[in-house]
Amino acid sequence: MNSEDKRLEQDLTGPETDLDQELDVDLMGVDPVYGDQDLEVDELPDHVKVFNRSKFSAQVDLSKFTLASAEDKEQHIQMRPPSTFLKDGMAKFRKNKLAMASAIILIFIIVMIIIAPLLVPYSYSDIVTVNGRRDKTAKNLPPFHYSELEQQAIEEGEKIFPHIFGTDELGRDYFIRVIYGTRVSIVVGSFASLIVLVIGLLYGSISGYFGGKVDLVMMRLVDIIYSLPDLLLVILLSVVLDQVLTKAITGTILKSVGTNMISLFIVFALLYWVSMARLVRGQILSVKQNEYVLAARSMGASSGRIIRKHILPNCMSVIIISTALQVPSAIFTESYLSFLGLGVQAPMPSLGSLANKGREAIQSYPHKLIFPSIMICLIVLSFNLFGDGLRDAFDPKLRK
Amino acid sequence: MWRYIFKRVLLAVVTIFIVIAVTFFLMNAIPGGPFTKEKAPDPRVQAELEERFHLNEPVGKQFLYYLENLSKGDFGISLKSGRDVSTIIKTSFGVSAKIGAFAAITALIIGLILGMVAALNRNRWPDRIIIFFTTFFVSVPSFVLATFMLLVFCLRLQWFPVWSVTNPSYFLPIVSLSLYPMAYITRLTKSSMLDVLGQDYIRTAKAKGVSRVRTIAKHALKNGVLPIVTYFGPMFAGIITGSLVVENVFTIGGLGQEFVTSINNRDYPIIMGITIFLAILLILLTLVSDLLYKVFDPRITFD
Repeated sequence: MNSEDKRLEQDLTGPETDLDQELDVDLMGVDPVYGDQDLEVDELPDHVKVFNRSKFSAQVDLSKFTLASAEDKEQHIQMRPPSTFLKDGMAKFRKNKLAMASAIILIFIIVMIIIAPLLVPYSYSDIVTVNGRRDKTAKNLPPFHYSELEQQAIEEGEKIFPHIFGTDELGRDYFIRVIYGTRVSIVVGSFASLIVLVIGLLYGSISGYFGGKVDLVMMRLVDIIYSLPDLLLVILLSVVLDQVLTKAITGTILKSVGTNMISLFIVFALLYWVSMARLVRGQILSVKQNEYVLAARSMGASSGRIIRKHILPNCMSVIIISTALQVPSAIFTESYLSFLGLGVQAPMPSLGSLANKGREAIQSYPHKLIFPSIMICLIVLSFNLFGDGLRDAFDPKLRK
Repeated sequence: MWRYIFKRVLLAVVTIFIVIAVTFFLMNAIPGGPFTKEKAPDPRVQAELEERFHLNEPVGKQFLYYLENLSKGDFGISLKSGRDVSTIIKTSFGVSAKIGAFAAITALIIGLILGMVAALNRNRWPDRIIIFFTTFFVSVPSFVLATFMLLVFCLRLQWFPVWSVTNPSYFLPIVSLSLYPMAYITRLTKSSMLDVLGQDYIRTAKAKGVSRVRTIAKHALKNGVLPIVTYFGPMFAGIITGSLVVENVFTIGGLGQEFVTSINNRDYPIIMGITIFLAILLILLTLVSDLLYKVFDPRITFD
């Protein structure tokens, strides 16, 4: 409980005991309602006592007050349990059913993409095999169907893991491909927004804190990047990077990440940090005006310390919220690029490239389009609702 | 005010120059060239062609050549088809602009209405339904939406014909393009209207006895739609550039498709032409909507 709450409690329950004894002295000769400004002290007759004057109806009759018992005080404490910013926000967030549901869905999806590859005996890049033989009949199976070879094996008493989402045109299990696609999407989404966060935070806080000429030059750069036709540059960049990086990273650990994935990250790092930088700058400009920043500066704190200790914690909630909302837009961009054939490299699937492939056979095998599409929608929707929920719970501007 | 416009135009010119430079060097960094084919052509023919288009010279020098031609208003010719780049842009932009403009206007009108309805019925069923659908549409990628519409309305129900040049059916592309900006405008309108409705002058108007309709029309609406003005310009440009995917799904030969094809063909003049054209369009529309915002809202000063 902060000092304001304590004062409030005192006001409600009346003054505490030790103050009470001094009361007579305090109020002597002073009008309790208007204070001592109106009446000169020497104008008051000596016999006038505070408690039997009835000049004003609004006069406080202290005899009507009783001291608060320990029980009364307890009650007030129960009415407002001590709370922090974080606890308050979490309580609000938990009440928001949509946001909670989307958080649960997100956790479920994340758990799925971690454990499903361990449970499902298929791989995303290999054709389904039966008894060590490639099963060429297992192409384009609908969900929960088995190929002829698999049927035979089942009749012989073998157990075969069902194809939950069917299989694709080459006879690969579609469920595991969708799971890997989701993995790619979520990894791209979270890393991209992390990159955006770091660059935007650094750039925006420097620009906002120093202001003046530094700010002017830095913000012109942001304006320029902001008005570039981003989709065109993203396409151009990913084509260039894809070709250039393939040579550069062969033989290194980065090879396993895949060139397209890295080029996607570079694209995000180059183009999408600007709105974050603008947001951070705006926040810092408003927080900078506060007195405690002036106090810190007058005590000789360095700029870095003031930014880290005083300014950033105060605009953190807004920044975290917009980072959460950045994730779906990164997932969107990745799926667009994959859809145009510029995303991750085959055989590694991504939700966008799966949907694009599925589009080719939309008439005969609609399930190949439906599953990845639903997955994209589910992830993006959950992240959007989750971010909105965070904002409703934590944004200080929305708190009333 | 003129000072402000002058500053913005100056910035726009710098931006366009940067776009030109970045695109030029990026596109030259893509391995392969317009005349490299899988079947190796006669080296003499190739050398002849490269010399004709200055492709054998250093990239820096090529860039200067390009700028020189550009300053005369010459975008060059396509290296593949030999057609004039400005003609190509004109024809393909015509298709994109038609769909884009319809989509933008539909999105604007419906978005404003829905946003206002949601704000005025806050936390009642119209608000909940509208917010549910807009959240949904913001979360569905347009290629998914477009593909499903194509599947359901063109192929299964056969309500609309599949796109062809002779028999263009604009309805589905427009709908699938406009849903995302519509949802966005709805959310934007709702939050800005709620903001305005909480202001003191609305309470004053109510206290004066101004009718509800008049309060909303005269006081709330004017202030509530201001943020949409700034969004509309970039959105319009974004719809035209971003229609790439939708054009791809409906196989419409618009600007977006032309751009992707030209990258795959390394058709340098077309890549440059389209990028410059769209950059100018985007910057111009952003500038116009910023100026309009300042015209509509006298509280904002030019600085």
